[in-house]
Amino acid sequence: MTPPPRFIPDRLQSRAARALRSWETILVAVAIAIFITNSFMSPFFLNAWNLSDATFNFTEKAMIAFAMAMLIIAGEIDLSVASIIALASTAMGLAMQAGAGVPVLVLAGMGTGLICGAVNGFLVAGLGLPSIVVTIGTLSLFRGIAFIVLGDKAFTGYPPEFAFFGQGYVWWVFSFELVLFAVLAVIYWVLLHRTSFGRAVYAIGNNATAAQFSGIRVARVRFILFLMTGLMSGIAAVCLTSRLGSTRPSIATGWELEVVTMVVLGGVSILGGAGSIPGVVLAAFIMGMVTFGFGLLNVPGIVMSIFLGVLLISVIALPRLFRRG
Amino acid sequence: MSILKKTLVSAALATAMLAQAASAQDVKIALVVKALGIGFFEAAAKGAEEAAAELGGVEIIYTGPTSTTAEGQIEVINALIAQGVNAIAISANDPDAVAPALKRAMDRGITVISWDSGVAKEGRQMHLNPSSSALIGNTIIKLAADHMPDGGDVAILSATSTSTNQNIWIDEATKVLPNYPGINLVATVYGDDLADKSYREAQGLMATYPDLKAIIAPTTVGILAASQAVTDAGKIGEINVTGLGLPSEMAGAVESGATISFAIWNPIDLGYAATMISYNLLKGNATAAPGASIPMGRIGAAVLDDNNEAAMSDPFTYDASNIEEFKSIF
Repeated sequence: MTPPPRFIPDRLQSRAARALRSWETILVAVAIAIFITNSFMSPFFLNAWNLSDATFNFTEKAMIAFAMAMLIIAGEIDLSVASIIALASTAMGLAMQAGAGVPVLVLAGMGTGLICGAVNGFLVAGLGLPSIVVTIGTLSLFRGIAFIVLGDKAFTGYPPEFAFFGQGYVWWVFSFELVLFAVLAVIYWVLLHRTSFGRAVYAIGNNATAAQFSGIRVARVRFILFLMTGLMSGIAAVCLTSRLGSTRPSIATGWELEVVTMVVLGGVSILGGAGSIPGVVLAAFIMGMVTFGFGLLNVPGIVMSIFLGVLLISVIALPRLFRRG
Repeated sequence: MSILKKTLVSAALATAMLAQAASAQDVKIALVVKALGIGFFEAAAKGAEEAAAELGGVEIIYTGPTSTTAEGQIEVINALIAQGVNAIAISANDPDAVAPALKRAMDRGITVISWDSGVAKEGRQMHLNPSSSALIGNTIIKLAADHMPDGGDVAILSATSTSTNQNIWIDEATKVLPNYPGINLVATVYGDDLADKSYREAQGLMATYPDLKAIIAPTTVGILAASQAVTDAGKIGEINVTGLGLPSEMAGAVESGATISFAIWNPIDLGYAATMISYNLLKGNATAAPGASIPMGRIGAAVLDDNNEAAMSDPFTYDASNIEEFKSIF
């Protein structure tokens, strides 16, 4: 029996048809459905201040998710991001105790993030070690250092002006964190979709060897990507520390998996080579709205986890079903 | 798009069914716990329901995160603020991290108290301790010492190194240690309130200190895991596991002899008292100020100290003589 002749389309689908079938369209549909369901389920959902409060559930994680998306597209992963937050927050606490002002505190957080990113980047890009192994190691290492410094103590007493980053509002209901999230989304969109660096990231994710022979400095790109996840974790640490008004070594426990979930839900292929920033933005909103909407109905957290798990699997499974049909 | 539609419809239906459980009543009091699915807090919720039934016109929202994190509790607090509950009574995972969120709740007119595990002063109107920390610290050492006439080595198996209440109790226990001559505290280890980690830490203690006479676990997860570890190691009679536990979980250990006695206050009373206090504060029947006396229904009245903290009652000792009676309660 001869196999059926392979179907080769005369021309690509139209732009509109492709957009309709894209991952982002599915996510938009899911987001709208969740939004409408939430509005009907709880009379408290459609309220500007409540929605504004709800954005705090995801803004910090989403900031890291942008950098993580690029890293995963390039075929690497960073599981140490939550531990970087813990270490960066601890560094800010130490700086605060030394009497540092707000600008120094912010620099301490971002600087620690960059250093941690450089450590990961050196081990992966410089020594050629697998990123999953390296960052599982630094996941324990970075948080371990935070635990050694703090033990069961906490840093409290950050200056009142420092509260702006995690509790302040730029205009009306738009918090500083939400505005920063939007600005970073635009920056990362430009970086990934409109620059040669972004193209290099896709190329490396699809075939690192071919990218190397095409003249892309693969190791350097990888190193920069790890610097970026480190820096974003540092920025998230500034926001989270400001929001909590304190530092404990257990800060942001388990966030690495939530960030990766957000990235994968956003349509980034865990195998690398595919994905987009708009997808990650949508996934961030979906996760935030599900958490908040279920919270309003006082649904136990474990049901939320189950729902997100089912959502993740079904959103991943759907395009495959489409393609087969 | 049929699969997508089906998924969404079933998701909407599931949410609709869950939503029916909540109904509007005059006063909504939220009992926020460290994490759902912990026996102690389930018992406290029972007490809160008892108080609600007694008061009438009160809806109890029993909620908490899936894991014991401050970030998870803040998400819960934000959702409670959004739905305009009248009071939040919280057992905090982190005294400082939840304070800004709770402060916002108070700014929006919500009565906020903490119970069991406290919140920093600026984040609550008052704190209800289940007992006084000094009494608990003394009780856990005494429980071990009572069965060690010749003295010997004891070790503490605690929850996490950041657990507010466990750390205070261990502090108090260390202070009274000189009152028990011959009792030698050799180590404090942390099982993170995880059964498997606590079990391994208990095994580690037995291996490191062969002369160990007692393991003191001031946490319900730890004491259960430690009594299991002692039983599995065949050291019943040699090592006495004691501390704070739930009668229902500890009944087996008391029967087998791995635990001679242990203590706990009554979590049902605690949930009941927290609800009564929340109700009286939000109705304006009492104000939270140093020296104030706030009625707690059948339990009496909570008298606030300079920090706006109050102690509910003494811890209660359970042993072979009364475990049968209490194991079915909580």
